[in-house]
Amino acid sequence: MDITFNHVSFTYQPGTPFAGTGLRDVNTTIHGGEYTAIVGHTGSGKSTLLQHLNALLKPTAGTVTIGDRVITPTTNNKHLRALRQQVGMVFQFPESQLFESTVQRDIAFGPENFGMAPDEAAALAAETARLVGLPDDLLTRSPFDLSGGQMRRVAIAGVLAMRPSVLVLDEPTAGLDPAGRRDLMALFARLHTEEGLTIVLVTHQMDDVANFAEHVLVMDGGALVREGTPREVFADAAWLRDHSLAQPTTTRMAGALAARGFHFDQPPLTLDELADALAPQLGGHTHE
Amino acid sequence: MILGRYIPGDSPIHRLDPRTKLLGCFYYIGIVFLANNWITYALMFALTLGLLPLAHVRLGFFLRGVRAIIYLILFTVLLQLFFTTGGHVWWQWGWLTVTSKGVVNAVYILCRLVLIIFASTLLTLTTQPLGLADAVESILKPLKPLHVPVTELALMLSIALRFVPTLMDQTTKTMNAQRARGVDFGSGGPIKQLKAIVPLFIPLFVSAFSMADDLATAMEARGFRGGDGRTRYRALAYHRGDAVAVVLLVVLTVVLIVLRTH
Repeated sequence: MDITFNHVSFTYQPGTPFAGTGLRDVNTTIHGGEYTAIVGHTGSGKSTLLQHLNALLKPTAGTVTIGDRVITPTTNNKHLRALRQQVGMVFQFPESQLFESTVQRDIAFGPENFGMAPDEAAALAAETARLVGLPDDLLTRSPFDLSGGQMRRVAIAGVLAMRPSVLVLDEPTAGLDPAGRRDLMALFARLHTEEGLTIVLVTHQMDDVANFAEHVLVMDGGALVREGTPREVFADAAWLRDHSLAQPTTTRMAGALAARGFHFDQPPLTLDELADALAPQLGGHTHE
Repeated sequence: MILGRYIPGDSPIHRLDPRTKLLGCFYYIGIVFLANNWITYALMFALTLGLLPLAHVRLGFFLRGVRAIIYLILFTVLLQLFFTTGGHVWWQWGWLTVTSKGVVNAVYILCRLVLIIFASTLLTLTTQPLGLADAVESILKPLKPLHVPVTELALMLSIALRFVPTLMDQTTKTMNAQRARGVDFGSGGPIKQLKAIVPLFIPLFVSAFSMADDLATAMEARGFRGGDGRTRYRALAYHRGDAVAVVLLVVLTVVLIVLRTH
């Protein structure tokens, strides 16, 4: 399912002294089955863009085409539920959306809203909880008794249980410890490769972008200033600095090594690529 | 809806001491009831609308912002119109009557409500919420010897005001998150609508509790030991504009009393 932005602009509170620009003339397509990352400094319009992906916000100009639904400035707010099931959205700090008496019921809440029978939804909830790595004995506990990392998993399971074909993640690993961060990013990567889930990730972690994304959108001041593969976007360190962004750690390190006489055919994005490029130059074997 | 909102600015009205504006607004609401004929109401309207350009607020924006209350006003006015008895009877249908006295009363009520809403909206448009909290504390200070916990009240007021936008953001965020999970807010019958509110209210209360916890810890860590013996960062001070405002209000009162007919 493709999501296409056609000259999309969005203004907050139009016609008042509080009016603020969210998006300026954004044109792009998020292809079905692709892992897309959206980067940009704080306040660049990333989250505004995200909320257009399932019509929580409607453009004030232009159109957003989600699958075969066209969202225009005049689209009625009713009948958008089917769309919201297709595009699962994990907001920042999603643990603050938990409210049910047990973990299982909270995860089943989404599917039930979309018309699934309660016992079917409960089974699906248990299955989804296992998918995100929650032990079975947590299912009957109150979500408010859990640790922050576990609450985050419950919230994400609540979205995944709706079986969306697009998963939108707004800084899903913010505030987690390194292990939790790694586990979650691995889970998303697995869902992407094994189940063909379209993933849209907003993040400030350039390493995650380099490791996982296939397509990168760079936002600044509400405008889409660049898009391309991670390699294209991360190639120009000076341009990134101008837009308050940085290269991934490995690319930075390769840059520093290049200044000391090492040679790279293309700037490495991941640790593996860096090791592969370095090993022959140091006279070692190919990294495996 | 602009009732209760603040628009940053640097107009003569913005620069008035918040105490002057708060007390002035109360006083103004009091003297609205002095007006009782066309000349006095016209005078009040001219003065109130005259304050708008002085506060750098556009009339159109202002009117659009207070439009939401029009139904409440109309309801009151209609009650007055149909249920006031006495005077010349102009129209009657069942127990609904329109009398000359009813018409006059209805128009007066309309004028009063509109003037009061204009004045209080102007107050909040031009005064920062924290300024209002400071003003309340300063005005209530004389009650301290009577064991009224003035500083605690003021602290709660300023914290409450500070967290209004935060909680509003949290509400929007939670609503969006639940919408994305298939909740329809504002559709269906009353029972269904009430049920849809549960996934919104519980997370809001939970996050308010945890915010309160965090805030209390942070305050203690920064040496807060209660209201007594603190110094102030935002000191209130009267300036020349405040004197002008007081003189204007006195003159207005005198003129109203003179023009009032018995």
